[in-house]
Amino acid sequence: MHDNKDRPAASTRTAELVVAALIFAFGATVIWDSVRLGARWGSDGPQAGYFPFYIGLLICLSAGIIFFRGLTDRTKAAKPFVSRGQLLLVMKMLVPSIVYAILIKLLGIYVASTLFIAFFMRWLGKSPWAKTAAVALGVSVVFFLLFEVWFKVPLPKGPLEAWLGLD
Amino acid sequence: MAEITSLMHGFGVALTPFNLMLMFVGVILGVVIGVLHGLGGANGVAILLPLTFTMPPTSAIIMLSCIYWGALFGGAITSILFNIPGEPWSVATTFDGYPLAQKGRAGSALAAAFTSSFVGALVAVILITFLSPVVASFALQFGPPEFFSVYLLTFCAFVGMSKGQALKTIASMMIGFALAAVGLDTVTGQLRLTFGFTELLKGFDFLIAVIGLFGIGEILLTLEEGLAFKGAKAKINLKVVLETWRELPRYWMTSLRSSAVGCFMGIVPGGATPASFMSYGVAKRFSKDGEKFGTGQIEGVVAPETAAHAAGTSALLPMLTLGVPGSPTAAVLLGGLLIWGLQPGPLLFQEQKEFVWGLIASMYLGNIAGLIVVLTCVPLFAAILRIPFAIIAPVIIVICAIGAYTVHTSMFDVYLMLVFGVAGYIMRKLDYPLAPLVLALVLGDRAEDSFRQSMLMSQGDMSVLFSNALVGGLTGLALLMLFWPLISAGMRKIRGG
Repeated sequence: MHDNKDRPAASTRTAELVVAALIFAFGATVIWDSVRLGARWGSDGPQAGYFPFYIGLLICLSAGIIFFRGLTDRTKAAKPFVSRGQLLLVMKMLVPSIVYAILIKLLGIYVASTLFIAFFMRWLGKSPWAKTAAVALGVSVVFFLLFEVWFKVPLPKGPLEAWLGLD
Repeated sequence: MAEITSLMHGFGVALTPFNLMLMFVGVILGVVIGVLHGLGGANGVAILLPLTFTMPPTSAIIMLSCIYWGALFGGAITSILFNIPGEPWSVATTFDGYPLAQKGRAGSALAAAFTSSFVGALVAVILITFLSPVVASFALQFGPPEFFSVYLLTFCAFVGMSKGQALKTIASMMIGFALAAVGLDTVTGQLRLTFGFTELLKGFDFLIAVIGLFGIGEILLTLEEGLAFKGAKAKINLKVVLETWRELPRYWMTSLRSSAVGCFMGIVPGGATPASFMSYGVAKRFSKDGEKFGTGQIEGVVAPETAAHAAGTSALLPMLTLGVPGSPTAAVLLGGLLIWGLQPGPLLFQEQKEFVWGLIASMYLGNIAGLIVVLTCVPLFAAILRIPFAIIAPVIIVICAIGAYTVHTSMFDVYLMLVFGVAGYIMRKLDYPLAPLVLALVLGDRAEDSFRQSMLMSQGDMSVLFSNALVGGLTGLALLMLFWPLISAGMRKIRGG
């Protein structure tokens, strides 16, 4: 029996190659920018790109070798990097987290956090409504007291706080 | 003994009611952080660091270092009761700790783990007390080339100790250096690697990287495993503790060996995690019950816990004396010192005596506080783990987001944290070590400064790194560590074939 959930979404080798290529590209960017700034010995000592140039070179070198080793590695071709079921779970966490980060800007951190925690408990945790509301509101109120009242660290606030006059 | 006098003075600094309260708060927070997935010593301290900006530095470092001790203690609880290491350094504790719990001896395993952690930490603190003033006064004569060779040794040691992943260690470390270079170059005033983005002007803050890589990355990784934790019941009472304490002196040799392994691995930046594995392996080989390891031996809990705690504690020695942290958490604490306007390094022992000795004294007191807290509150902490992950996970993400935001009160940092989180998740899955990246990000500017100054001294001649016995020895040792993976592979080939 092959469950669809256990099917690999990508092999470890593919992931290895993609990541090595990305790191190589990053290293190349570092080298390119260092050369632009000047990576040689100036009249008054090393130029701004002197040190980063070699860093970039080492990034490209190590990523290059990892890439070519990955090409020839048979054992990793068969090994799954992440199964579909796992990827789905990770996405269920990651996508709401990204939405949450955007909501902080729009609604303020307290409202966004309440919604985020409540959404999670209902959707993934299947908690009853009463418990969901109690935990989500409770956490935000505790954080509000902790940061705004006790430590006096202002966090981003939105329309609700403005309306309540807590801003 | 000048050290004893200084230490007594330090106790005077640390033993105020306010600091004692902070110690207990720190330890309790630390244990919670150690127990929870996605919150570890390094990112726990990183998240709480902004809250301490307004405190006096001595009180702040006492609280933050106590969080660290608490996290070291807390990792063992989840390992033994749930077979899930709360921290990477408690992986080796699961080998014998969990079987002990299954046999119904969870209480003894916990008592043994906590006591050995305490012993390991105590040995390391004594070492710090007497060795760090010596190292600091020795390091006073250091010039830029010496400092650069110390940095070189630190980073090469990572490569030498990486198990078969030398290239990935180098890649990860260099990414850290590159990220550290982003922003305004303080020497030439030029902008490096910003590509016109104003957000990048101030560079990458390592606190954001730590919160993302270790916090968000860890959550994503945990989620893969599913959402349910099942654990053994924790019963710990005075009788069990006393019985275990009567048994422990039998393993004095293991404790001693593990402390030595731990202290060594903590000072050279091997870190607590390899120390715990190494110590477990050594104990297994030398114990007369070696073949029974893995089936639930108290000795198998003593070895990794002693070493992990000794390593975690002694990692602060190079941080204080040379400004070179031995672990990611020590790196975060170093970042804290810089933010409070203290320059870690040999001069700290001359100019900030009160701070240094207050901190060292608080290490003794903090570990005693830690032992008391964990021995009395285990069931409470175990209950935290029984909270469903669907509640814990979003709360931890909220905490991480708040932590990232408060560093510079900037929303950009929250987005950046998520990017680092995804990167951390992928890197962890592909065995790229994260500690070298964080250390390079913290030390990048300082390493580059010492490199530039050395090069200025010698007009670009690399031989300045071999100009005297000290700097030459350090550089030589660094190169040996760097090529160690190649050397050991070569030796194996010669022997094998």
